[in-house]
Amino acid sequence: MRRVAIVGAGLTKFYRNVQETPKELAFEATKMALDSCEMKLSDIDCVVHGTAPDAFDGIHMKGEYLSDGSGAYRKPYMRHYVGGGTGVMSPIHGWFHVASGMFDTCLVVAEEKMSSAYPHPAGAFLTIFDHTTEQPLFPTLIWIFAIEMNRFMTTHGYKKEDIALVAVKNKKNALDHPSAQLGAEITVKDVLDSEIMAWPVNRLDISPTSDAAACIVLAAEHVARRVTEKPIWIDGVGWALDSAYWCNRDLYYPDYVEVAARQAYKMAGIKEPSKEIHIAEPYDPFTYKELHHIEGLQLCKRGGSVQMLLDGVTQRTGNLPCCPSGGALGVGNPIAATGLMKVIEIFSQLRGEAGKRQVPGRPTCGLAQAWGDLMQVGTVVVMRS
Amino acid sequence: MSKRVAIIGIGTTGFRATTPDVSYRELTYEAAMKAYLDAGVEPKDIGSFVSTAEDFFEGYSIADEYSPDQVGAVLRPIYTVPGDFIQSLASAYMMILSGIGPISVAQGLSKASNMLTLSEMVTFAMDPIYNRPLKESPHAVAAMEMARFMYETGTTREQCAKVVVKNKKNALNNPYAGHSVLINTDYVLNSEVISYPLTQMDISPHSDGAVVVVLAEEETAKALCDKPIWIRGIGWCSDTPGLETRNWGEAIYAQFAAEMAYKMAGIRYPRKEIDFAEINDEFSYKELQHLEAMRICKKGEAGPLTEIGGTEIAGEFPVNTSGGCLGVGNLYELNGGHKVLEVVRQLKGEAGKNQLKNVTTGLAQSWRGVPTTTGTVVILSN
Repeated sequence: MRRVAIVGAGLTKFYRNVQETPKELAFEATKMALDSCEMKLSDIDCVVHGTAPDAFDGIHMKGEYLSDGSGAYRKPYMRHYVGGGTGVMSPIHGWFHVASGMFDTCLVVAEEKMSSAYPHPAGAFLTIFDHTTEQPLFPTLIWIFAIEMNRFMTTHGYKKEDIALVAVKNKKNALDHPSAQLGAEITVKDVLDSEIMAWPVNRLDISPTSDAAACIVLAAEHVARRVTEKPIWIDGVGWALDSAYWCNRDLYYPDYVEVAARQAYKMAGIKEPSKEIHIAEPYDPFTYKELHHIEGLQLCKRGGSVQMLLDGVTQRTGNLPCCPSGGALGVGNPIAATGLMKVIEIFSQLRGEAGKRQVPGRPTCGLAQAWGDLMQVGTVVVMRS
Repeated sequence: MSKRVAIIGIGTTGFRATTPDVSYRELTYEAAMKAYLDAGVEPKDIGSFVSTAEDFFEGYSIADEYSPDQVGAVLRPIYTVPGDFIQSLASAYMMILSGIGPISVAQGLSKASNMLTLSEMVTFAMDPIYNRPLKESPHAVAAMEMARFMYETGTTREQCAKVVVKNKKNALNNPYAGHSVLINTDYVLNSEVISYPLTQMDISPHSDGAVVVVLAEEETAKALCDKPIWIRGIGWCSDTPGLETRNWGEAIYAQFAAEMAYKMAGIRYPRKEIDFAEINDEFSYKELQHLEAMRICKKGEAGPLTEIGGTEIAGEFPVNTSGGCLGVGNLYELNGGHKVLEVVRQLKGEAGKNQLKNVTTGLAQSWRGVPTTTGTVVILSN
């Protein structure tokens, strides 16, 4: 197993209804990433692409359609997905390509154009449910997450006004992110007063739908040292899927995130994650999900995440900044591209290049995590400078 | 790369035109159980899993949701590759080399009989702005490519028809094949023209089925298995997805994928160093085009070789002893899986009446179908 580093990154702006085609979005991010490390397409040995349902972009086998936009023309190219967890699966999939010794460099692209699903990408989620036992009920994503949020709140005695603080924090962080779609100064009252979508989920508890692409360049150690003075190493990877039969599980705790995190920590040699991880980007498509995932990631005890939030530990200036980018709630949530955006945020933070978003104290170890499918996927990457 | 990786178990349901008695999850379950029994492993011994699924083929958005349960991968590392089965196999292979456990599993599935609007769906894979408004059927695209291939290489309709006759005949002795029949070239040439020069019989009919493969690194493979089948080389490549920018006469993707696999396997003269091959033949001419792209035949030579019987079971270089897609059925993203299955059966000496004598190295090649230009190659040795 070889050491693999991230040496370059590119991220488009996050929008609702971009004019660019999905292919053009992928091209833009890919070009930015290559330019950022002064590499050319001819330096790239292989390409991996992460993008979630075909129904978003409205193209069957959309991995094939996106291939040339992602720089894969006449190269080994493979798409992968694990629903919403895809964005953090992407660097893991790229990591195999390089760590296995098959390739020296790998372009990791993630793209999602959700606005093609008209009028709303929620339509694409109607067919994620089991055709026999669930689809006849016409469930929506927000329903099932309301069930999960309610279970999480009831088990730990969390209050809605406390959980709303996640939206306040992340949307404020996003004000400093140049790609952000929904950076804003809001209050807890704004969140609680926003429209109730499915109790206990209010409109401002939910991340927006977005169009964007992200890209990183991975390189084996001998190449990385030549390309950059500040390689960021992928030291631990972990991923797991729970059963598709989500009705049979207790939703208050994300076992799949714990399994993925423990795999990544073992690989990275991390024994006490809450001390050894300096900065984290847990997936936050809903406010409660950030807290849910912080618990699954072993960054606090079960039932301890709200206290952490109230104490300001997860603020950008806190001891363990969480979603300093602004996360899915603030920057936007183009599913696969969000996960890779989180990886790119940790990359920038560990390089000390995050500008206004830079967390104090020179972090050297960070973590990005995503989640998806029927509340069943955990994907985790541990990175070190 | 220091470690060697082998196939230590393989399981399949066989391939049938329709499977109303089982769901797609049950198909995978059956193949997985057989593969694990064949390898002598249990799901808990397996370090990582890869499934193969394409949303619109499965009828689900993010079809990977339904991948873990039936292969025993709940709360385990599993993810989905929407690609050809051999790409999943490559992922499983790379995970072993990366140190994610010594054993890895790749799964693939086809439930094509569930698809009501197959042709329209394939049209939906074309570029929405430049290509889709042309409303081309997938067969029209293939026919254009066939015409160009025949023009560039001098290949004749009769030679393409001979591929159909050979493969459907080979399938007669393959218990897994669903579309075997004894016909002659006239029958193929006189069947209904779908899009000139493509006739009904030149097109592979679809089939359902599942394949699960268990891979292991060298030490584990030797400990668990009497007849490990080693992966010597693997390659995959995507050419351009646009219809307007591709080379219509040649299969560049197959050429690049093959060269990657040859390089890994240290093969310089594929025709001499490889004993037999399973080549993608979703359309009859594809077998010939792929053979030429992979340097197994020179340009324009595959047709004449087929005509004199050089690619038959008793021929100089047997191709598609299983019956190929024409005889077994088009399995979409599982096409590579059935090719690997046949190569493994031949190398283990389990191919029954179609068994080749004294074979040590076989090649499996696949293509993702119209309108893609993605191809995969894997070279296996016993």
